[in-house]
Amino acid sequence: MTALLRTEGVSKAFGGVQALSDCTIEVERGSIAGLIGPNGSGKTTLFNMITGYGRVDSGDVYLNDAKITSRAPDKVFALGIGRTFQLTRVFSRLTVMENMIVAAHHKEGAGQTGRFRNPFARAGGAATRKRAMELLEFTGIAKLAGDRAETLSYGQRKLLVLSYVLIADPEIILLDEPAGGVNPTLIGTIAERIRELNRQGTTFLIVEHNMEFVMGLCDQVTVLDYGNAVVSGPPDMIRNDRRVLDAYLGTAEEDDDSSAA
Amino acid sequence: MRSLALWRAAGLAVLLAVAAVIPLDDNVVLTQVGVLVLMFVGAAVAWNIFSGFTGYISLGAAVFFGTGVYTVALITKHLNLVGGVVFALYPLGGLVAAVVAVPFGLIALRVRRHTFVVVTIAVFFIFQLMASNFSWTGGVTGISPPFLNWDATTVYNPFYYTALLIAVVAAVLAWAIWGSRFGLQLRAIRDDEDRARGLGVRTMRVKLTAFVISAFILGTLGGLYFYFQSDALPQYAFNPFFDLTIALMAFIGGFGTLSGPIFGALLLEPYLGWAQQQVSNTYAAQIVLGVLFLFVIILLPRGILPTVGEKLTALRASRQRRAAERGTGPPPGLPVGATAAASPAEPTTRSAS
Repeated sequence: MTALLRTEGVSKAFGGVQALSDCTIEVERGSIAGLIGPNGSGKTTLFNMITGYGRVDSGDVYLNDAKITSRAPDKVFALGIGRTFQLTRVFSRLTVMENMIVAAHHKEGAGQTGRFRNPFARAGGAATRKRAMELLEFTGIAKLAGDRAETLSYGQRKLLVLSYVLIADPEIILLDEPAGGVNPTLIGTIAERIRELNRQGTTFLIVEHNMEFVMGLCDQVTVLDYGNAVVSGPPDMIRNDRRVLDAYLGTAEEDDDSSAA
Repeated sequence: MRSLALWRAAGLAVLLAVAAVIPLDDNVVLTQVGVLVLMFVGAAVAWNIFSGFTGYISLGAAVFFGTGVYTVALITKHLNLVGGVVFALYPLGGLVAAVVAVPFGLIALRVRRHTFVVVTIAVFFIFQLMASNFSWTGGVTGISPPFLNWDATTVYNPFYYTALLIAVVAAVLAWAIWGSRFGLQLRAIRDDEDRARGLGVRTMRVKLTAFVISAFILGTLGGLYFYFQSDALPQYAFNPFFDLTIALMAFIGGFGTLSGPIFGALLLEPYLGWAQQQVSNTYAAQIVLGVLFLFVIILLPRGILPTVGEKLTALRASRQRRAAERGTGPPPGLPVGATAAASPAEPTTRSAS
């Protein structure tokens, strides 16, 4: 079985800090994969490397066995990788609907024939708006469609971010802390939506600190430590793995080191 | 919302009608001031198409304006053109300015915010220095246009109507861009450029296109200015106050809105013209301009029109709430408060309806 998304020996350093070193992960098609690890272990950097926000120092990223290493973010998105950011990033002065239309842009043009695209065509055709409304209903913020995104609460923004990534029908969605700072009820809603989308065929790769969320949702969990994927397996295995405890809590020797420093 | 659109259309019609009859008065001074006002309306709208929509504050608009001035000046000088044919040359000034905008944009648009502002200022000074030091630009003495043998009382009328045409075309273009996919991408870049990229927006191409469109309008205005002012001088064609003035106009009226720059130019340019006639020291008006800029940035950072619009919507919402409390009017919980952010000055709700 080949993986839908795969990184091979990806390394990235910021100055003297080795954020990723020889990091290899695999995400199976149709799965919900989790990516966990202590703060600074390179989870978000790995997301950035996959989605083109920065160049890798060495190693490669593959989507469907095609190399997509260090492609520009807009190209990566067009290829079918959608992502959200840890800090929810919405277009604050656009309406919720306009946020959706921005993300739908490259899907919209695809239907037009010929090379010429009318640059002054009104943004968002009827089909796009209909699809956008469906997705907003799916995530439960349809009644806010006409409001500016800056008026949304933090939780509503998380839902908007999920909605506008969905409108482009990506093959795989990378979620960076979808449950961070969200109330328990909403976390339940988000988890349920992810499961529903997964049943419809979308693959997920999720970075999350909420262990209950990750372990309850994911088929496969990979643990990052010091920029390296130390272990990967089903949630039950990960929970009891000694290396995971080491990564999170540090071993006895390391504790001595840090207190001596 | 419908009545608001009607009001807006009616206001525009009145504005256009007034603008169209002003030269018929045969008041030379009034027409002359009118040309400048309309030129600044066009320039502020053009500046706003790029800077207002994308949030990239450019202080290099004079590069395009001056390029337009010198393009038309050089063509006229070498071909010895006279008479009405010169009006056909203005778009050429725009064309050359648009060509200049491509390398300028490719370099400057790689950086953002303050760095971008600094780069645009640097490019501006390079152009001003080139204009005053090359021999083919006439150096500091500049280039003079051929004598236009036109009737003294109506000499400014062709300029006036050309400036009006450019201003109207620019405003219509801005409106068309605003609601288009292209415009939405520009506004997405303004809010979060990296996120827009991650959603498939080709940000460099989109930014550059807006930069070039803006440059074309500014260059065309430069061409007009050459004949109107009867000179191409480095310090006037490439004038740092031109940049500050149009930026201030857009900021006063409403940065990034459609009507804001028009309103700002209509408000500010007559003041500047008046102030220059009142005080012999021209720097006095410019000092006032600087103080005004500070006031606007601190007190009305979003501009007059959006702020007033918001206040009006909030007022209407609270009145509706009070009516609801008395048991009449729409029930509470209607999203009146939620729509308050969309002020009448900005048609943000259009695409949402």
